[in-house]
Amino acid sequence: MADNDFARHRWHSLLGVVPVGLFLIVHLTVNYQATDGPGAFNQAASFMESLPFLLFLEVILIYLPILFHGIYGIFIAFTATSNVGRFGFFRNWMYLLQRISGLFLVIFIAWHVWETRIAMALGTALSYDMMANIFSNSWMVVFYIAGVLAAVFHFSNGLWSFCVHWGILATPRAQKIGTYATAVIFVLLGYVGISAVFAFI
Amino acid sequence: MSVASEERKQGSEQELSTVRLIITRQDGPDQASYEESFDVPYRKNMNVISALMAIRRRPVNTKGEETSPPQWEMNCLEEVCGACSMMINGRPRQACTALIDKLEKPIRLAPMKTFPIVRDLVVDRSRMFDALKRVKAWIPIDGTYDLGAGPRMAESKREWAYELSKCMTCGVCLEACPNVNSKSDFIGPAPLSQVRLFNAHPTGALHKTERLHTIMGKGGIEGCGNSQNCVEVCPKGIPLTTSIAELNRATLVQSFKDFFGSDKE
Ligand code: HEM
Repeated sequence: MADNDFARHRWHSLLGVVPVGLFLIVHLTVNYQATDGPGAFNQAASFMESLPFLLFLEVILIYLPILFHGIYGIFIAFTATSNVGRFGFFRNWMYLLQRISGLFLVIFIAWHVWETRIAMALGTALSYDMMANIFSNSWMVVFYIAGVLAAVFHFSNGLWSFCVHWGILATPRAQKIGTYATAVIFVLLGYVGISAVFAFI
Repeated sequence: MSVASEERKQGSEQELSTVRLIITRQDGPDQASYEESFDVPYRKNMNVISALMAIRRRPVNTKGEETSPPQWEMNCLEEVCGACSMMINGRPRQACTALIDKLEKPIRLAPMKTFPIVRDLVVDRSRMFDALKRVKAWIPIDGTYDLGAGPRMAESKREWAYELSKCMTCGVCLEACPNVNSKSDFIGPAPLSQVRLFNAHPTGALHKTERLHTIMGKGGIEGCGNSQNCVEVCPKGIPLTTSIAELNRATLVQSFKDFFGSDKE
């Protein structure tokens, strides 16, 4: 890890926001279409599927960045320790939750991709019914709600962390304003994500 | 006051009250640690150092056994040297400014376990001084002839730089940092903040690029995980997280210069 520590870490940070974070916003927004009924969702999904160079776009804008971010993220998470018991400060909790949510996302995203994208590649049509089927199991509803909240938290808090990491938020005042701003993002994006889950039930 | 009445007075105070200290001890670097309790006579305005001195005068534990006096380090006794840093009731801080009256009893003392333990409360903070050497935390003025007066520094800059210069390398921020641990080689917040300090100095800036390159390498700035514990626990109130964010910005600019090529500094 030694020499390129700087570049590797900065790539990890950048990719978390662009493109992976942006993709999360697009993804949750498309899902939100389901609140207008199955037809609206199917239309939005088939528009996404109809994009030219779909596989290329997916690989470059989603799979590779998320793999790099995820794998290096696991490394970062396991070289950390937690001391919230001794130092129960707000930011220390966020630090811990950032790592826990990241590790949970490894499991969630793997499962989610298997169940949807890979299932589609193997022949199941990606549609409103596919999700409605998955959510006929209430454990899956719980799992998906946890997944959405973890992703939205990880992205919102990650955005704050990103801004510090790139020297955008430097003073305590700027960092505090950043905390409020990203908390608002968490609430708004969380609302979009969770509403979408319930639209399939 | 005669010696006899002095002793009588002390004797009566001793009966008045005692303070219990529970100390995590260790006889040597590779020995097992154990706890030992001591009751020391209460005196007004005493601090953890004077309590430890009282134990040293009469090293008898609460079981009535004579034992070796617990070892600790101290120097300035006014919270500017950092030598007497230890865990006091679970928080890393200096023993000299830890007033007995303000501490919850019994008082628990333990060494800062981020550092190798030498004996009892004495730890080896060499890694911090090594890090200061690595980042060249000094101003290069040595030479074979008199270089004359240095350039002036703007007052607006001096103001914040002075705050950073209060760092006493005490180790409290490293103790609180969850990314400073045996699995990582992160040098910790204190030496990073010194990079910002010496890069801000007009003459210190002669080493600016070198310092930035150092912290862009192994164990450097990317070790920070933004838990921000450091700034919460720093006894000197040094804006460590602001220093780190500013260095994040400076190293970014440096990486662009390195990659795309630009005027060397
Ligand atoms: C796949 C599993 C993932 C793992 C294991 C993971 C792990 C991590 C870890 C450990 C950090 C902290 C980095 C640090 O403080 O240095 C982090 C930061 C971040 N993550 Fe993830 N992450 C994952 C997925 C995601 C996803 C899906 C997104 C986008 C929605 C994302 C966006 C971010 C952002 C924006 C940051 C902040 C970067 C920074 O601190 O500069 N991550 N991630």
